[in-house]
Amino acid sequence: MSENAFLDVQDLKIHFKTDDGVVKSVDGLSFSLDRGKTLGIVGESGSGKSVTSLGILGLHRGGNANVTGQIWLDGEDLITASNEHVRGLRGRKMSMIFQDPLSSMHPFYTVGAQIIEAYRIHHKVSKSVAKKHAIDMLGRVGIPEPQRRVDSYPHEFSGGMRQRAMIAMALSCDPELLIADEPTTALDVTVQAQILDLMRDLQREFNSALIIITHDLGVVAELSDDILVMYAGKCIEYGTADDIFYRPEHPYTWGLLGSMPRLDREPTERLLPVKGSPPSLINVPSGCAFHPRCPYAELTKGRDRTEVPVLLDTDPGHLVRCHLSRTERRTLWENEVKPALETQ
Amino acid sequence: MTTSNEPLLSVQDLQKHFPVTKGLLKRQVGAVKAVDGISFDVVKGETLGLVGESGCGKSTTGRLVTRLLEPTAGKIVFEGRDLTHMSQGALRPLRRDMQMIFQDPYSSLNPRHTVGTIVGAPYRIQGVKTENGIKKAVQDILALVGLNPEHYNRYPHEFSGGQRQRIGIARTLALKPKLIIADEPVSALDVSIQAQVVNLLEDLQNELDLTYVVIAHDLSVVRHISDRVAVMYLGKIVEIADRKRLYSSPMHPYTNALLSAVPIPDPKARTERERIRLTGDVPSPLNPPPACRFHTRCWKAQDVCKTVEPPLEELASGHRVACHFPENAPDAVVQTPTGAVAPE
Ligand SMILES: Nc1ncnc2c1ncn2[C@@H]1O[C@H](COP(=O)(O)OP(=O)(O)OP(=O)(O)O)[C@@H](O)[C@H]1O
Ligand SMILES: Nc1ncnc2c1ncn2[C@@H]1O[C@H](COP(=O)(O)OP(=O)(O)O)[C@@H](O)[C@H]1O
Ligand code: SF4
Ligand code: SF4
Ligand SMILES: [Mg+2]
Ligand SMILES: [Mg+2]
Repeated sequence: MSENAFLDVQDLKIHFKTDDGVVKSVDGLSFSLDRGKTLGIVGESGSGKSVTSLGILGLHRGGNANVTGQIWLDGEDLITASNEHVRGLRGRKMSMIFQDPLSSMHPFYTVGAQIIEAYRIHHKVSKSVAKKHAIDMLGRVGIPEPQRRVDSYPHEFSGGMRQRAMIAMALSCDPELLIADEPTTALDVTVQAQILDLMRDLQREFNSALIIITHDLGVVAELSDDILVMYAGKCIEYGTADDIFYRPEHPYTWGLLGSMPRLDREPTERLLPVKGSPPSLINVPSGCAFHPRCPYAELTKGRDRTEVPVLLDTDPGHLVRCHLSRTERRTLWENEVKPALETQ
Repeated sequence: MTTSNEPLLSVQDLQKHFPVTKGLLKRQVGAVKAVDGISFDVVKGETLGLVGESGCGKSTTGRLVTRLLEPTAGKIVFEGRDLTHMSQGALRPLRRDMQMIFQDPYSSLNPRHTVGTIVGAPYRIQGVKTENGIKKAVQDILALVGLNPEHYNRYPHEFSGGQRQRIGIARTLALKPKLIIADEPVSALDVSIQAQVVNLLEDLQNELDLTYVVIAHDLSVVRHISDRVAVMYLGKIVEIADRKRLYSSPMHPYTNALLSAVPIPDPKARTERERIRLTGDVPSPLNPPPACRFHTRCWKAQDVCKTVEPPLEELASGHRVACHFPENAPDAVVQTPTGAVAPE
């Protein structure tokens, strides 16, 4: 990955010490992202997606987390930077949209007051200038009658409007990196479509780097240039959207695709889910963490249990973490998996 | 599918209005028209899907049909028996035949009871005699839903989300019901687990000759699992048809908008897909818009839509739609709406 990318994450590990043992929520994650590009991070619940995003924003500092590795943002190392410096970057240079806007907005302050405050932390302007900016932002994200709505409280907004207000807040300081963690999971599908359109448009307008985190492969396909598939704290496949959807090579990615009923195809008789359930991150299975659920584990003659597979290029920019050889994976995909996913 | 034409369940003009009260004296100031006059049949052996956005009345419908709620008006007939106002005592034997599965596998199981106690409870409550004892019967059901029968003495917290949903399903199956109403049975689960549970529901239907009403907001899951689908908007059914017709030639503008909003897991769909984008949110069911309730968001709305409620009419075989200007309608049946009368 490029050395002077806008965001460059190298071997990021975020481990939590708990009474039950060490939780390896993020265990050696590397990726990079340029301005104007969108990275989708997909994985099932507990795979480490949210911990990753909080880690980038420096929100694990001072807790029970042990964060190691490197996070470079626009040439600055965020891991070694002071708390104060990282706090200064948050909101201005990087900001985040959460799944549940209610929990991240203060219930006793108006939506406008919260945007104004966020803006004034980083900009030395008068309240009235900041309020104008807040109204402008609310209008840009599609809140009707922003002059009036700026004085509403969060609970007076519908779910979709709250999510818009949160996007307005996150964008109020023109952040160059925006992380959206399950931004539409709590929304209805028609509102989700509006919000995804909005994020796509705003990203084009601001030329920001966008990370969209979700468990919904449809949502990543709508927005992402590149996609990172996460399993048990590790990246197991990385590639362009086309790589992941048209020529995926990891058995877990195949399983995710087989689990989803698809509106764009003739209905299939049966879904082809991954068996079993995601592992605990305290006792991650040995070797390849996916081996207890992998239908092809035996083909690797025991290595699946003893050796952690390395994330390797299968094509330039398309990385896969699996002991099977490139030829084996491609043959399986073409001859078995792809036909099964498409059959009636 | 073994379908006969005799409806197992028949619902006519069903209504549920929740009173809205104010002040200490609980003066009624209005009503939430959660379900506002819906009619449908469910034939033995089929799966009817019920879709629509949050708050449109899906769960209320499920709870009315199973008589967990008292209907405001209308009629519910199950196997030829009118149970609209049947007393709880008279309903008890019928409860064996009609069961509900809930969304949340966490809160619907008592954490202090073992799996054996939970799944065995229906036998005890209903005083059912089993051939080889309750324990054997429960273990058979556990095996049927893919759980280890030896886990009879474990507690819910020892199971994963998907396994807990299986426990919920096992409990439902204990008394060999004829009809199962599943309210968002998979939406709290991870994608891979979702697919496992969907497959399980389908297998059980074939094996035990079950009839399902599946409530869900995920249109892809509903298409996969249903034979027929009803689309609800603000307490009304706006379209109902067999799944093939509904998904390939939807007639109601709202159905078209819903389908167009579903993100498709195919990067090509971004550019190639035609999109209908609704603006705004669903209006409040306290004050639903008059006449056609969808007119505030419909791009085809004309004056007549604001004054005359479109009746749910059969425009093609088995395909009923409530719209003055339906899409994909066979030419002959598009009538001038002037003759339409508003019901009620
Ligand atoms: N006990 C109640 N008292 C008052 N209003 C209620 C009650 N139960 C439901 N409602 C209202 O009735 C409407 C329909 O609710 P319902 O739970 O049936 O929606 P739903 O379609 O299942 O939505 P979701 O997809 O969010 O589960 C909503 O406006 C809801 O707030
Ligand atoms: N503060 C914490 N202490 C201990 N474990 C944590 C903490 N935060 C998250 N985890 C664990 O890290 C794992 C990954 O969590 P998360 O990133 O939230 O998953 P998701 O991919 O669903 O967003 C989970 O097993 C979670 O329980
Ligand atoms: S390394 Fe083995 S177990 Fe892991 S994904 Fe590849 S084939 Fe499956
Ligand atoms: S009746 Fe009119 S407003 Fe209602 S859905 Fe049809 S065209 Fe739209
Ligand atoms: Mg998360
Ligand atoms: Mg509901």
